[in-house]
Amino acid sequence: MIRVVRWALLLAFAVYFFIPLLAMLDFSTRKIGGAGRTLDAWKALGQDSQLTHAIGASLALAVCTVVLMLVLLLPTMIWVRIRLPKMTRVIEFLCLLPLTIPALVIVVGISGVYAWVNYFFGYSPIVLTFAYVVLVLPYSYRALDASLSSIDVITLAEAARSLGAGWYSVIVRVIVPNVWPGVLSAAFISVALVLGEYTFASLLGNYNTLPVAIALFGKSSGTISVAASLASMLFAAVLLLGLSFFGGRRRMSKGTSS
Amino acid sequence: MNTGTPVQLVDLERSYGGVRALDGLTLDISPGEMVVLLGPSGCGKTTALRILAGLEQANSGQVRVGGADLTNTSANKRDMGMVFQAYSLFPHLTVAENVAFGLKLHGRSLAVRTKRAQEMLELVGLVQQGDRYPVQLSGGQQQRVALARALAIEPAVLLLDEPLSALDAKVRVQLRDEIRRIQLEVGTTTLFVTHDQEEALAVADRVGVMNAGRLEQIATPTELYSSPATPFVAEFVGLSNRLPAAVDGDVAVVMGNRIPALPGSARAGVALVRPESVRLVADKLGAATVTTIAFLGALSRVTCTLDDGTTVLGQLGSSDAIALTLGDRVRLDLATTPVLVVPAA
Ligand SMILES: Nc1ncnc2c1ncn2[C@@H]1O[C@H](COP(=O)(O)OP(=O)(O)O)[C@@H](O)[C@H]1O
Ligand SMILES: [Mg+2]
Repeated sequence: MIRVVRWALLLAFAVYFFIPLLAMLDFSTRKIGGAGRTLDAWKALGQDSQLTHAIGASLALAVCTVVLMLVLLLPTMIWVRIRLPKMTRVIEFLCLLPLTIPALVIVVGISGVYAWVNYFFGYSPIVLTFAYVVLVLPYSYRALDASLSSIDVITLAEAARSLGAGWYSVIVRVIVPNVWPGVLSAAFISVALVLGEYTFASLLGNYNTLPVAIALFGKSSGTISVAASLASMLFAAVLLLGLSFFGGRRRMSKGTSS
Repeated sequence: MNTGTPVQLVDLERSYGGVRALDGLTLDISPGEMVVLLGPSGCGKTTALRILAGLEQANSGQVRVGGADLTNTSANKRDMGMVFQAYSLFPHLTVAENVAFGLKLHGRSLAVRTKRAQEMLELVGLVQQGDRYPVQLSGGQQQRVALARALAIEPAVLLLDEPLSALDAKVRVQLRDEIRRIQLEVGTTTLFVTHDQEEALAVADRVGVMNAGRLEQIATPTELYSSPATPFVAEFVGLSNRLPAAVDGDVAVVMGNRIPALPGSARAGVALVRPESVRLVADKLGAATVTTIAFLGALSRVTCTLDDGTTVLGQLGSSDAIALTLGDRVRLDLATTPVLVVPAA
């Protein structure tokens, strides 16, 4: 009985998720004004320079966001655990704050700042990294916090220090390898958020990121726009699978390195 | 393999808010010596050890190792091996990698690291487990690996903070003796912290008894047991009967027995008498009645009650205790082991 319910639920979810995707696939391969299938819309993806730029920009943004987020958040969280446990609540509150503020409000709030950011760093989608780090903070914090809670950070750090490790070695050689699953999931969710983010990119300066480009295409060519959205979703899925595979492999093979 | 380094803690003070964890602790450890800090929970043992390790800063005082002042040296530059109370092996590394970790940080080549890790695992008897991960080991094995890891870097000082307290009784005794054997073999100056007096007396060259952030007495285990310098030491180390006594010159009169009084005894009060100094002799005219008999294996502990209600605990060989039954009248004799007389509470 339970098995039946389980499969029924699984099927219901599959239908719920896949019907829109299949519909997108169907729509993006239709011949306009006629019957039959064509891949014209998909071919156009690789040929439109605005779109390829947008894809590049979004990928670069995803990478920069993940890197900056990890560089800022991970050492801070480790430090707070080891040296400033009283600050835990404050840090948690600050990190979760973006969750409670609507994106539109943040955009209005920081658009003034972005005038300066553009002035200093030039007008390029990459500057969105700063806003995106704030955006992904709550999710990354949660993922890293769960991972850090699963190990005895203080004792491990002290053991490493007594063996001669400086703080850099403590973080890179001892803590990070043991919270790697948390680092990966923080990275996943950040990538997924960045690849789908529209509000900031569009309203902060109409930067040419993938979602913005897709929205733009929606106005000129429906099929290309839908093909691009489907492609970006598939791409994100493949990327996440790849990352988790890489993460799994790393954990499996750690026995042989020293 | 190691000639040992002298360690000096000079007048260490450390407060946490209103709590004085260390209140002027001074301690000298000779090269190659194993000193055990013994005291009740919260008396500052861990704090002392952590200050020596550099994991905690003293408010005042000095830490000297091998003549050099390390008071302001950071923990990773102090060259000390540490074994923690909590399991502290790096979960992502194998046993052998854990042991080699410190050597890697010290820039040793892979060949040297492998060889040394192997030697260390031999020393603690875990060569077979080199490729395992910490989660695959028992608690006792994990602490052995932690010891091997601490010793692998040939530290100037070995620090152990209640390394056995998470283990069950049998493993605890085994590993305790093994730690001592290994310590004697490598000759590293060692500070061991515990609240378990049996553990302390079993492994130490000298035991330092701590109370409220200061050292009450530091002496060899036998000296500590037979000549406690303060009431606290007498009561904390071993069991003691508290029997009314009067002191006459350097002789204490306890229940009609004349026994040498230890230096520092009060003029009158109670004598702290070890159970093994109490002899129980079955005697119909004796002054006491047997109230409980506890069989402990080779030894038995017998409590008896005097007619005035005072209870006295005696310890005797089980073969002698067999002759006694509950309710028997017994005569009490005291051995002439010197006793400390403290003011009655
Ligand atoms: N990090 C700390 N913060 C506040 N109080 C502490 C801290 N570390 C130790 N103490 C206090 O200092 C005293 C001594 O602690 P500790 O050295 O751990 O004792 P022991 O190891 O002998 O049990 C205790 O009263 C303890 O509560
Ligand atoms: Mg302690």
